[in-house]
Amino acid sequence: MSRQLETLTVETVFARWPFVQQQLADNGLGDIADRPEARLAELLDADQLSDLDGFIGVMEEFLGTNEEKVGEVTITGGRAKDGSPEPVTELTVKVGEVICIVGPTGSGKSRLLADIEWVARGDTPTGRHVTINGQVPDDKWRFSSEYKLVAQLSQNMNFVMDLSVEEFLNLHAESRLATDPQEKIQRIWNWANELAGEPFALDTPVTSLSGGQSRALMIADTAVLSSSPVVLIDEIENAGIDRQQALDILIREEKIVLMATHDPILALMGDRRVIINNGAMQKVIEPSEAERANLKELRALDAKLMSLRHRLRMGERLDRI
Amino acid sequence: MRFVTVSGPPSSGKTAVIIKTLEHLQKDGQKVGVVKFDCLFTDDDELYRKNGIAVRKGLAGALCPDHYFVSNVEECVQWGLQEGLDVLVSESAGLCNRCSPHIREVLAICVIDNLSGTGTPKKIGPMLKAADVVVITKGDIVSQAEREVFASRVHMVNSKARLLHVNGITGQGSFELSTLWTGTEETATVEGKKLRFSMPAALCSYCLGETRIGSDYQMGNVRKINLDLPTGSKTDGGPQDLGPMNTGGGS
Repeated sequence: MSRQLETLTVETVFARWPFVQQQLADNGLGDIADRPEARLAELLDADQLSDLDGFIGVMEEFLGTNEEKVGEVTITGGRAKDGSPEPVTELTVKVGEVICIVGPTGSGKSRLLADIEWVARGDTPTGRHVTINGQVPDDKWRFSSEYKLVAQLSQNMNFVMDLSVEEFLNLHAESRLATDPQEKIQRIWNWANELAGEPFALDTPVTSLSGGQSRALMIADTAVLSSSPVVLIDEIENAGIDRQQALDILIREEKIVLMATHDPILALMGDRRVIINNGAMQKVIEPSEAERANLKELRALDAKLMSLRHRLRMGERLDRI
Repeated sequence: MRFVTVSGPPSSGKTAVIIKTLEHLQKDGQKVGVVKFDCLFTDDDELYRKNGIAVRKGLAGALCPDHYFVSNVEECVQWGLQEGLDVLVSESAGLCNRCSPHIREVLAICVIDNLSGTGTPKKIGPMLKAADVVVITKGDIVSQAEREVFASRVHMVNSKARLLHVNGITGQGSFELSTLWTGTEETATVEGKKLRFSMPAALCSYCLGETRIGSDYQMGNVRKINLDLPTGSKTDGGPQDLGPMNTGGGS
């Protein structure tokens, strides 16, 4: 037995694999918890130990705890719509990076994101290859429900479940078999409230959150509870959410952020931006000094607009702006 | 010819997923066809025709749609062969939640949508449980968390199936699905093959056209609901007879 469970104390086992306690309780062995100092060999027979070992194996696989973390994703260029070679031959994106994707409608943004999601192996219309941590990844990224490379956030998404914020987060935490769900729920809620500005309670139904609150909750929830290492964002609306902080939260939770946007402020917030046209990555550019300086000005303009919006909401006239 | 059975609750996006997926095969020069099974009415055949897909439709009418499907599926396969199709898809709509048109050694797809509620994967049991590939649709309008919760519910019912997200409107994910359709075994006939899950039982007086209500008019295969709860019990707890589960075989 690789884990040598029989030599471990109950306390150690519960600390290392918190889900074991529930599993034992479900199998009528809950009273083991009363003897934290005892070693498992004293309490379980060989069959029970071997069952438990198997269960831990399955759970570790499900939770991805025995997996190598995704540190970087590399896209190797394929061909454009007209069959010519893709100008950008290689793009590596690392954890904690924000990459903006820009290009006109129909330019191939969706296909690029689909290639990443499907972990292309030269078997998609673009002929691109995608590797994870420099290796050709296995099939689980394509087909299993636990391993999805990409989590998505877009402006069209809504909550449809008839649950309170707390019930909703609980349900998500449960489905992810999260360890310490209460701490995670609290963290998501705190962050979402910081992002949204307009606070909401844990017992607010998710369906009655405002647009900004919904987006804030979706971002905080994806950052903390989603297992996907890559987060794809299709614009973040300007109203009612602190966008810089939203990106910071995703980075802090070690996500790779890809953002399709035409909003100048968002685009300049990225570490790099990929320009797509004719079905291919044309260029990867970093914001210039001048652009970074302009970002300040754009933010000031943005703040100005927000304050006008606020004054309007408060019933003021905008004779002087 | 490759044969694929597609099932799923009403309005889950079966037709859209099939059209988008077949488009990729058509681009490859493959000849594709669909047999659409429905209960009372469908005009999806027009939709298929418009997209250059050979199509036949079958309406079960007063019959159990699942029984109607299985009584006609071999004829459909022979039609597909005569037409010289490379890929034939059977689309079963209007099924009851107990239905499952999946056949052993024939690729089985179940299409289910994120809006249908987290209880749905359990409710539709057999058609989901017996599928090789589960396609989840309408993911573009719900939150990431809801997609993950829904996928985990699907996984609880069918942990072996491959799981794909497909957008029936933009077609995102359909290319990926199409690669699974061409990777299957050829089917020359389904004669003698077995269903993966038995059909819903039938043959009571109502099957034969009885319309009056009351025990006096009920004959044959009839089962009564248990409304008396044993003290201390919260649910009726009685076994819900689903018939034998055939889990063997796959494609």
